[in-house]
Amino acid sequence: MERITIDPITRLEGHGKIDIFLDDKGDVANSYFQIPELRGFERFCVGRPIEEMPLLTNRICGVCPEAHHMAAVKAADAAYKVTPPRTAKLLRELLYMAFYCTDHTTHFYALGGPDFIIGPDAPVAERNILGVIHKVGMEIGGKVIQMRKFGHKVVEMIGGRKVHPAVAIPGGVTKILSEGERKEIEEMGRWAIDFAQFSLQAFNDIVLANQTYLDLIVGDIYRDETYYMGLVDENNKVNFYDGKVRVVDPEGKEFCKYAPNEYMNHLSEHVEPWTYLKFPYLKNVGWKGFTDGKDSGVYMATPLSRLNAADGMATPLAQEHYEKMYETLGGKPVHQRLAIHWARLIELLYAAERWVELVTDPDITSSDVHCKPTEIPTEGVGIVEAPRGTLTHHYWTDERGILTQVNLIVGTTNNYAPIQMSTKKAAQHLIKGGKVNEGLLNMVEMAFRAYDPCFGCATHSLPGQMPLEVRLHDQRGELMDVIKQYVD
Amino acid sequence: MSKPKFAMYWSGSCGGCEIAVINIHEKILDVDANFDIAFWPVAMDAKVKDVEALEDEEILLCLWNGSIRNEENEHMAHLLRKKSKLLVSFGSCATEGCVPGLGNLFPVAELIDTAYTTLTTDNPDNIRPQTVTQVPEGEITIPAMKDRVHTLAQVVDVDYFMPGCPPESHQIAAVIDLVIEVLQGKAELPPKGAVIGAGHSTVCEECPRQRNVKAIKAFRRIQDVAPLDPELCILEQGVPCNGPATRSGCKARCPSVGAQCIGCYGPAEGVVDYGARLVTAFASVIDSRDPEEIEQILDGIPDPAGQFYRFNLADSLFQAGASAFKKNEV
Ligand code: SF4
Ligand code: SF4
Ligand code: SF4
Repeated sequence: MERITIDPITRLEGHGKIDIFLDDKGDVANSYFQIPELRGFERFCVGRPIEEMPLLTNRICGVCPEAHHMAAVKAADAAYKVTPPRTAKLLRELLYMAFYCTDHTTHFYALGGPDFIIGPDAPVAERNILGVIHKVGMEIGGKVIQMRKFGHKVVEMIGGRKVHPAVAIPGGVTKILSEGERKEIEEMGRWAIDFAQFSLQAFNDIVLANQTYLDLIVGDIYRDETYYMGLVDENNKVNFYDGKVRVVDPEGKEFCKYAPNEYMNHLSEHVEPWTYLKFPYLKNVGWKGFTDGKDSGVYMATPLSRLNAADGMATPLAQEHYEKMYETLGGKPVHQRLAIHWARLIELLYAAERWVELVTDPDITSSDVHCKPTEIPTEGVGIVEAPRGTLTHHYWTDERGILTQVNLIVGTTNNYAPIQMSTKKAAQHLIKGGKVNEGLLNMVEMAFRAYDPCFGCATHSLPGQMPLEVRLHDQRGELMDVIKQYVD
Repeated sequence: MSKPKFAMYWSGSCGGCEIAVINIHEKILDVDANFDIAFWPVAMDAKVKDVEALEDEEILLCLWNGSIRNEENEHMAHLLRKKSKLLVSFGSCATEGCVPGLGNLFPVAELIDTAYTTLTTDNPDNIRPQTVTQVPEGEITIPAMKDRVHTLAQVVDVDYFMPGCPPESHQIAAVIDLVIEVLQGKAELPPKGAVIGAGHSTVCEECPRQRNVKAIKAFRRIQDVAPLDPELCILEQGVPCNGPATRSGCKARCPSVGAQCIGCYGPAEGVVDYGARLVTAFASVIDSRDPEEIEQILDGIPDPAGQFYRFNLADSLFQAGASAFKKNEV
């Protein structure tokens, strides 16, 4: 049997690789996306005080430490049965919205965007952030840097640090916002709304106006009919910081809706011996392997799945774009994975609008930022939406609040099975009769890039290039051919 | 004339060090202008075999972030050491093991067992990840984990150390400026083994909070006292703050928003064992002369291992032995 190894350069750091096996006819028999890394947080956090969890679990991921910071502190609030004062919640969410704006911007312009803005068939050398700037103008490059700066500035002003913020503690936060800081953050937020609208306009002009790109989005290569998950508020609108987890089935009907402390009734994690990462699935549907459809418990948790799982956006401008997206793509739910990019921009606009809402709330500068826990801590679950999927932290403590057990289901992990399926499907479409062409590399790459996977941040590359190398082996394991992309 | 070569590499890391470098924003263009970026997986596209093809020491400057957690990490450390003239241990993971170094409190099999037996894990056959697996179509492999987290300097010779989890962007920018000045003949390199991109004193020295050496009677946990007084030293309000033992350089970022320093810049200059120094510092703010009472008050710290070795365990005296002295010789 022939084997193709798609080797992100990161394989050699232990961040992920794909092996594709061909059958006798030269068609794809199977593919394996492996994650060769485990650091053991669920074990070594045991014995640590619960108030340290927002600081320790930050270090799981330096790309989305804010998400771990928030899920951890919410789990700690729950363990102490303490409700933070309104201002503390506002400040946490404000920090989180600024982070979202930065993170979604990075992905769209530097990582995912080049596929569309430059085009999937464009020469490799142009398909990066510099190519984006070349195509849409220098001015935009400056704006992208500005958006990232503003986002990080707010995270630092409230959280203390741009990476690994330190501000959230059980019962609230340690920071009181001054009026001067508030004004500055408001100005940046208003700029962010403009930036998000401008980005959606660019997507409209460059991508949607181009029939080839539109065909790619609505085509079949990147389509899987799975369940969709996302956090919603009391009106079933998308929320990143708080609410209940809602899951819709492949037809878009609500399958379940659960409060954080009920997650164990709904989720299980499947294991395979060939990877260090587990595969979460919907327990009440069951694990049927790497397959889609209503009978398979595989679900997706991404910007698109959040929009699919909700009834709309809680802010007016984002809602307009939400409606337009579903109109254009033929109603809910949307199964085409490449629409994740569009959904991400709608979320960017929501985060910016929400940023301004929060920073103009009269309570935001109140000094009432902490409520002392009085109950004996026991057990708590905290859930937020990380940019890359629903993030669940579950802690058990002794009566002093020392961790006795920890369970984590982190953002990208939710999508491990769907990514596995999408890459296989792309490979199946593009490898026929043993023929592999350059296009394969790009198309397979697009399949998993849409998810913005953060396996040790392997794809968070500055110019948006994922070096790949495909090696074709014959039955005796001898190298027949090597096809390279972004590799000299 | 060709530009000198730059490399940046990550091993068992969280990606935050890379984000911190990207957060120097426009300054990245200076790197681009002065260096030929030979290898930087997060930013560009050379392969490991391209590194293998380089002459020994052909890379002038290599920033390494992340700890040595598995066999591939170690293999790459040897390769990049050989190909680099200046190898910088960049960030807390590479320099002292960082938070994931707390994994060294447990055997590696226990780390894996826990992950594969959590309450939501569906694992009736009690599967564990295998370095080699026979799947129906053939054989696939993943690297083996090492018995414990090692720092970079524990496996290869290191030229400079840059602390921080992650290093603050203004410090990264300063180091880049320095190297460029060296290239232009306007400055000299610090002596081998030096700590760069950080200060020479403690976080307390940079912290604007007032210290009155007010003695405390008991340690308290931050959620039990908040809101803290915004002007006074956090430690003197009874909340364990690692500032006194931690190297300066971050501008006391965490105390600036009312949170305690958790020690991410590692041991202050001249400190051999971080934990021992911190115990002394804590003891000095306790209002007692009675050793027994002092001990009792210190017992009020709920997690001594985490408090005193949160970032530093893999590089602490009892784990690293003599190598812990290395970076303090200068
Ligand atoms: S030192 Fe900190 S920021 Fe850098 S890789 Fe390690 S955990 Fe992440
Ligand atoms: S102990 Fe902490 S709060 Fe006190 S001066 Fe030092 S760094 Fe600042
Ligand atoms: S205050 Fe302490 S924990 Fe915070 S950034 Fe500085 S050294 Fe790191």
